[in-house]
Amino acid sequence: MSSNLRIMVACKRVIDYAVKIRVNAAGTAVETANVKHSMNPFDEIGTEQAIQIKEALTKAKGKAEVIVVSCGPSKSQETLRTALAMGADKAIHVETDEELQPLAVAKLLKAVVEKEKPDMIILGKQAIDDDSNQTGQMLAGLLNWPQATFASKVELSEKAMTVTREVDGGVETIKTSFPAVLTTDLRLNVPRYASLPNIMKAKKKPLTKFTVADLGVDVKSRLQTLKIAEPPKRQGGKLVESVDDLLDKLKNEAKVL
Amino acid sequence: MASLLNIAARRLPARLGRAASAVSSQSRHFASSPIDHEQKELQSLARTFADKEFAPMMQEWDENQIFPVDALRKGAELGFGGLYTREDVGGSGLGRLETSVIFEALSTGCVSTTAYISIHNMCAWMIDSYGSEEQRQKYLPNLTSMEHLASYCLTEPGAGSDAASLSTTAVKKGSHYVLNGSKAFISGGGSSDVYLIMARTGGPGPKGISCFIVEKGFKGLSFGKKENKLGWNSQPTRAVIMEDCEVPVENLVGVEGQGFSIAMKGLNGGRVNIGSCSLGAAQASLEAAIEHVKVRKQFNQPLSNFQNTQFKLADMATSLLSSRLMIRQAATMLDQNDPNVASFCAMAKLHATDECFKICDDSLQLHGGYGYLKDYKVNVYLRDSRVHRILEGTNEVMRMVASRAMLSD
Repeated sequence: MSSNLRIMVACKRVIDYAVKIRVNAAGTAVETANVKHSMNPFDEIGTEQAIQIKEALTKAKGKAEVIVVSCGPSKSQETLRTALAMGADKAIHVETDEELQPLAVAKLLKAVVEKEKPDMIILGKQAIDDDSNQTGQMLAGLLNWPQATFASKVELSEKAMTVTREVDGGVETIKTSFPAVLTTDLRLNVPRYASLPNIMKAKKKPLTKFTVADLGVDVKSRLQTLKIAEPPKRQGGKLVESVDDLLDKLKNEAKVL
Repeated sequence: MASLLNIAARRLPARLGRAASAVSSQSRHFASSPIDHEQKELQSLARTFADKEFAPMMQEWDENQIFPVDALRKGAELGFGGLYTREDVGGSGLGRLETSVIFEALSTGCVSTTAYISIHNMCAWMIDSYGSEEQRQKYLPNLTSMEHLASYCLTEPGAGSDAASLSTTAVKKGSHYVLNGSKAFISGGGSSDVYLIMARTGGPGPKGISCFIVEKGFKGLSFGKKENKLGWNSQPTRAVIMEDCEVPVENLVGVEGQGFSIAMKGLNGGRVNIGSCSLGAAQASLEAAIEHVKVRKQFNQPLSNFQNTQFKLADMATSLLSSRLMIRQAATMLDQNDPNVASFCAMAKLHATDECFKICDDSLQLHGGYGYLKDYKVNVYLRDSRVHRILEGTNEVMRMVASRAMLSD
């Protein structure tokens, strides 16, 4: 770890989790016009983690810098300002109106990593819009860095970090050197509120803009979306007369027995 | 209009991060009222804070008359303790329009608690604007962090609407003023640490009144019993009693005789603040009504299918929007130091507090029998916002202020 720990955090602008999602008339995408957007909650946890690491290091007379990055349309800057208001130091916006799939984002982030040379990069384990859960892993692969995914606890030491991961069977603890990729799970921390003065100050923090061409990355989609449809409407329940009746329905109607 | 009504129809989801939720509804409102991206961001913070820190506790605070000092201090960490106080003493340095937007958002979670925060903010602003540099440095850092709480003391048992007739006296004796008299209906009374007290140092009428900073613990300062109230139960209300209360001369705010002017300047903003709290009560009541009429079925269909319900909701939303526009107009005029600010603040407060109370009442009516139960929230919004038509000058006094401006030559 260098004396000045540089932490990069990826922040995606997504439809707010409280919004009722609607599929567009053509059945090709989710309706995003005039819909409230906010920072992907897992990225919010990532930003919080980076700020907590910085605060802990500052307290121990060390230094850290938190750089937040977002790839997407110009409105992504609002998401970056939110991260700056929480306490990030500077922001990088990779502007594009193209639809970005996880591999494209991972390549863009790799290009930014090569410019910024962070010691670690934190991503949400997934974004709540497409639920891909791929970008962090792909980025680690492209960079050939170790990865600690689904983190529920992170402890830093001089040259390594110990990460508790939420895996299917329980929790797993791993140790990795720097540089490394970390992805956050829900229980890692509770993100802070940005205070009013910090919201005002965030406007004055540096925000650098790149285009996809600046970074020389091919963001063409490798996957083709065939159709987007709403899940079937939930049916009302039925009252059955007897246990036999129930068994019959489970066997012949629901076909689960 | 459809979108205006839709807005509020959303349920709070289970916790996921702490992204804003209700804001989605709020932001739709702003398609029709002029606030910018940054103000929306402040609003989003305030609404998220209200949803998480106030709303789940509101009924308990009301029922058990709990003054939630910890929640106040938590809010102060984000800058709510000195919204329009300058930054060098820990304030947020915002304008009055931003402040109004924030109070509206906060009061959707608890009107009574937000109203107290607004009074505290008014006191901090008075010291910030009219106090000496020593007074600012001595009192404001503790007030903006809400380590210390403040109360505004103008009304007396015998001087309500006719505030300039107040009879509390302050007589200068050497290095002290000696105060005698009592103040009635003081929000935060007994719990606050700092009291801004208007007392008479000169002849009768407004020009004889001065403003003092009185600390809890000053000799001769005591409090009446805690009042039992219809609403505003999350903040204590007591009489503040001065019996030969000794106040150091350096605690005079401004100069002798300036007190009534300071008190009135504070009140212009106070009226916008209290109107903003009514907006939040009405917004939350409208949201609750929309939620209820979509779920509640009678005659085999949701209440929302009936034209009476639809028209009622439309009327409520229209009246909420007109109130909001007037309050924000008055707030903008405060920011611009407009010479007509007093009458506009008065008209905005009159309109918003009357109309928003009616919206709460309409929401209760749409809830039917359930609205009358304390299990539902709407009764709290109704009771809490009722007093807004009485305090910071009754709505009858608002009419006096507004008509005086028209009739004067």
